[in-house]
Amino acid sequence: MSDDRKADEKASRREFLKGGLRNLGLLAAGSLAGFAYGRSRNDGLVWQLDPRKCIQCGNCATACVLEESAVKCVHSYSMCGYCALCTGYFEPQPNALNTGAENQLCPTGAIERHFVEEPYFEYTIDEELCVGCGKCVKGCTMFGNGSLYLQVRHDRCVNCNECSIAVQCPAEAFSRVPASDPYLLKTREKPA
Amino acid sequence: MKVWGRRCAGLAMGLTAAWVAAVERFPPPDFESGHQLPLTSTPGARADWWQIVDLGLLAIGLAVATWLVHKRRSRKAVIVLMLGSLLYFGFYRAGCICAIGSIQNVALGLWQPGYVVPWTVLGFFLLPLIVALFWGRSFCAGVCPHGALQDAVLIKPLKVPHWLESGLRLLPWIYLGAAILLAATGSAFVICRYDPFVGIFRLSGGRIMIAVGVALLVLSMFVGRPYCRFLCPLGALLSLCSRFSKWFVRITPSECSKCRLCEDSCPFGAIHQPLPERPAESRRQARRRLGWLVLALPALVVLLGWAGSRIADPLSMYHPRVQLAEQVRMQAEDESLTLTDAVDAFYVQDGQVDRLYQEATAIRDGFEKGGWWLGGFLGLVIGLALVQHAMRHWREDYEADRAHCLACARCFDTCPYERQRRGLPCNPASPETEVTA
Repeated sequence: MSDDRKADEKASRREFLKGGLRNLGLLAAGSLAGFAYGRSRNDGLVWQLDPRKCIQCGNCATACVLEESAVKCVHSYSMCGYCALCTGYFEPQPNALNTGAENQLCPTGAIERHFVEEPYFEYTIDEELCVGCGKCVKGCTMFGNGSLYLQVRHDRCVNCNECSIAVQCPAEAFSRVPASDPYLLKTREKPA
Repeated sequence: MKVWGRRCAGLAMGLTAAWVAAVERFPPPDFESGHQLPLTSTPGARADWWQIVDLGLLAIGLAVATWLVHKRRSRKAVIVLMLGSLLYFGFYRAGCICAIGSIQNVALGLWQPGYVVPWTVLGFFLLPLIVALFWGRSFCAGVCPHGALQDAVLIKPLKVPHWLESGLRLLPWIYLGAAILLAATGSAFVICRYDPFVGIFRLSGGRIMIAVGVALLVLSMFVGRPYCRFLCPLGALLSLCSRFSKWFVRITPSECSKCRLCEDSCPFGAIHQPLPERPAESRRQARRRLGWLVLALPALVVLLGWAGSRIADPLSMYHPRVQLAEQVRMQAEDESLTLTDAVDAFYVQDGQVDRLYQEATAIRDGFEKGGWWLGGFLGLVIGLALVQHAMRHWREDYEADRAHCLACARCFDTCPYERQRRGLPCNPASPETEVTA
C-alpha cells in the first residue's frame, strides 16, 4: 500500500512539475509574443533592390531561385533622354543605328525601339523577354541618364524568407521593404 | 570614326563619376508632337489578406490535426490532412511562409532593432509551439509540408540503433543554436539557405540543395523523416514544448495489455517500452551517477561556452559586412589582387575603410559573445540529455515518447483495444490488415 502511495505521490509531483514548466513555457511564449508584437508590423515585407546602389554585376539574372529571374529591367521614362544613340540599347560601336540584332546590347532583344519624333526614340521593355542581366542598365548608367534600372517584379517574386540574390549581391543593394510600397523607383530629380 | 566614339568623346570625363546617380547627361526632351510618356508599371506584391489566409489555414490545420490524433485517432485522416498541407504550404505557397524559417525572423526581430517582424510570421512561429504545450506535435503530424513530403515516401522504415538515435537527436539543437546566432547578428538565414526541400516544392533553385533534397528523400524511404528527427530546428523547440504537454498522444484508447503489438509500429523510434523498477543497489548507483552529472553540468556549460566563443569567429564570415571588410583588407594589403565586385561597389558607394573595419570588429565581438551563449546552451542541452539518460524512470505500459513522438497516428491501429473500439478484426498480423508498413 505504502509503495503505491509513494508511486502516486511521485507521479503527482511529476505532474505538478510538468504543469509548472508548461505554464512557464506559456509565459515565455506570451512575453515573447508581447515583446515581438511591440516591434511587429501589420503589412508584410518584400524584397527590393536599391537602383542607386546597384553596380550591374549580372547576378540578378542567375542567382534567383526562379528559372527566370524575378528581377527585370524597368524604365523611368521621365529621366530618359530619348537618344537616337542609346547606350543602353546599342552595343559599343554599333555598325548602324538600327534594330539589327548585331547592334543590340540586350542578349534577348527585350528592348523595343520606336521612333517618336526627330531626333527622339522611345525605348520600352518587353518583360517576357527580359532576363534581368542588367547589360542595358550598365550602358545607360555609365554613359546616359541612368533611366534604365533593375527592380524586383512582385508579380514574379516568390518572396523567399532569405532572398538568394540578396545573398550574392556584392553591393548589398537588396533590402526588405513594406509590401504596401514595394518598389524603389527612380524619378527625375527636379533641378535645384 | 564610329558613331559610338563621337557620342562618347565628350563623356570621357564623366567616366570616373560613372556611378553617381541622377546624372542628367541628356536633358529629357520636350516633345512637339505632344507624345505622352508611358508609365512605369508596378505590379503589386501579394495582397496582405493572403497572409491572413495562410495564418488561418495554419490554425485550422493545427486544430484539425489535434482533433484527428486525439479524438478521431485515424491515421488515414491524418494522411489526407498531411497531403493537403503538402499541396498548399508546400507546392502552392512554394515553401514560404514556413514555421521552421520563422525562428530566424523572430531572432532577427528580437536582436536587430532595424527589423520588424510581420505579425503573421510571429503567428507562424508561436502557434505550433503553443499547440505543442497542450497537445504535442500536431504541427509535425499534419501541417508541416517538410514532414509530409518525407512521410509520403516512407516505404520500409529501418530501425535506427538507440545509441545513434540519441546522438543524432542532439543535431537539431546545434542547428537551432547556430541558426539563431546567425540570424540574431543579422548575418544569414541558414535554415532557409540550406533548406533541402524548398527547391523540390518550387521545382527550381540551387542545383546542390535540390540534390541534397533528393538524397534526403531517398533516405526518407528507409529512415522515417530524417530531416524532422535529426535536423529540424523547429522540431527541437517543439520537442521541448511537447515534453510538458497537458494531454498527450496515447497509443491505446483505454488500457495497455503489454501485448507488444505496437512495439515496432513507430518508424521514428518514439515508443517507450515498459521498464521494470530496478533493484535498490543499481538504483543507488544510478543516483550517485546522477549526482556527479549534475555537479559536472556547470563545468560542461562553461567548457562548451569557451569552445563556442572560439568557433564563433569563423562563423562571423557569414555576415556580409565582415566578408566585405575581409576582402577590402586583402585588397589593400596586396594591390596586385583584382578588385572584386563587392570591393568595387564599396569604394564607389562610400569607401570609408575605417568605419567598415570598426563595424566588422563590432560584429565579430558580437559573435564572440554569442559564441559563449551558443556553446553554453549546447552544453546545457547535452548535459540535460545525459541527466535524462541517467534518470531511467520505471514505466508500466508502452508509451509514446513525449518529446519525439510526431503524432503520426501509425501506432494506434496496432493496438488490439483500439481495433476493438473501431470494430476491426483483432489480429493485425495478417497481411491484409497489416497497417504498420
